Amino acid sequence: MRVLAIASAGGHWVQLLRLLPAFEKHEVTFISTNKSFAETVKGFDFYDVPDASRWNKLRLLYLLLCVARVVTKVKPQLIITTGAAPGLAGVIIGKVWGVKAIWIDSIANVEKISMSGRIAILFADKVYTQWPNLANSKVIYKGNVIV
Amino acid sequence: MIFVTIGAQEPFDRLIKAMDQLAPMLSDTTVVAQVYQTNYKAKNILTFDFLTPSEYSSYFDKASLIVSHAGMGTIISALVKEKPILVVPRQAKYGETRNDHQVSTAKVFELLHYVHVAYSVAELKLKLEELLLQNHKKVNKIGRYASAELIQSIESNILHI
Repeated sequence: MRVLAIASAGGHWVQLLRLLPAFEKHEVTFISTNKSFAETVKGFDFYDVPDASRWNKLRLLYLLLCVARVVTKVKPQLIITTGAAPGLAGVIIGKVWGVKAIWIDSIANVEKISMSGRIAILFADKVYTQWPNLANSKVIYKGNVIV
Repeated sequence: MIFVTIGAQEPFDRLIKAMDQLAPMLSDTTVVAQVYQTNYKAKNILTFDFLTPSEYSSYFDKASLIVSHAGMGTIISALVKEKPILVVPRQAKYGETRNDHQVSTAKVFELLHYVHVAYSVAELKLKLEELLLQNHKKVNKIGRYASAELIQSIESNILHI
């Protein structure tokens, strides 16, 4: 299966790599926001996109287009992401183009699901939290990335 | 050596300045800091505006203590490398982030004994002294990957959703 794995630089990327055994058997392409990360996933295809935050709407739109371009090229059958903005872009594009998507909310979100995660619930097929107290009918808890 | 790291997204001058001022009191311990778009000129510590990933790991590996913002990337790296870590959460009231999510994260990770936390500059001094006195600080260790349960669940969802 063609899997597109997306995470912005920093903690999101570190968490995505800790989930690698869940999808490495597939044909994986990565997207992140730092070009130099390609060397941390040698042997896999890698694309970099700009980062954006919800505070800059124009940049968010540009990010959406950049992620859409990679999706068009890679034609994934599944998108998996640990956030943040580039992952949300992927999940939204996935919904529009009929690509299944899994969102894993960052372990940093201890009190409530992240803002991006709350939007992702509307578009993704599965949403995970890493804290049991945040699980509900739409959000699954099955452990976390730091065991 | 203490390695100070603040991530590559926003400056964190409150921490850099505090570490610069505390450095002369740390006797034999040198301080190296990764800074970002800082306006503060440090006098007592070695600062770098940019470190390549390999330079970054090299300082991280050599350090006996990591002092950082409460960013997940740094916390997880410290846990994997079994380095004691003292975090100073960024706060919205100082314009260091948009909200206080780092304070919430720090509280929970402190409760689970993954990190030491200084919620203020005053507390940073106390915690540093305390940590430098204990030579063999017990730290929580984590493995290379996420919990087996989470990996299996995602693995199966990839095939069945």
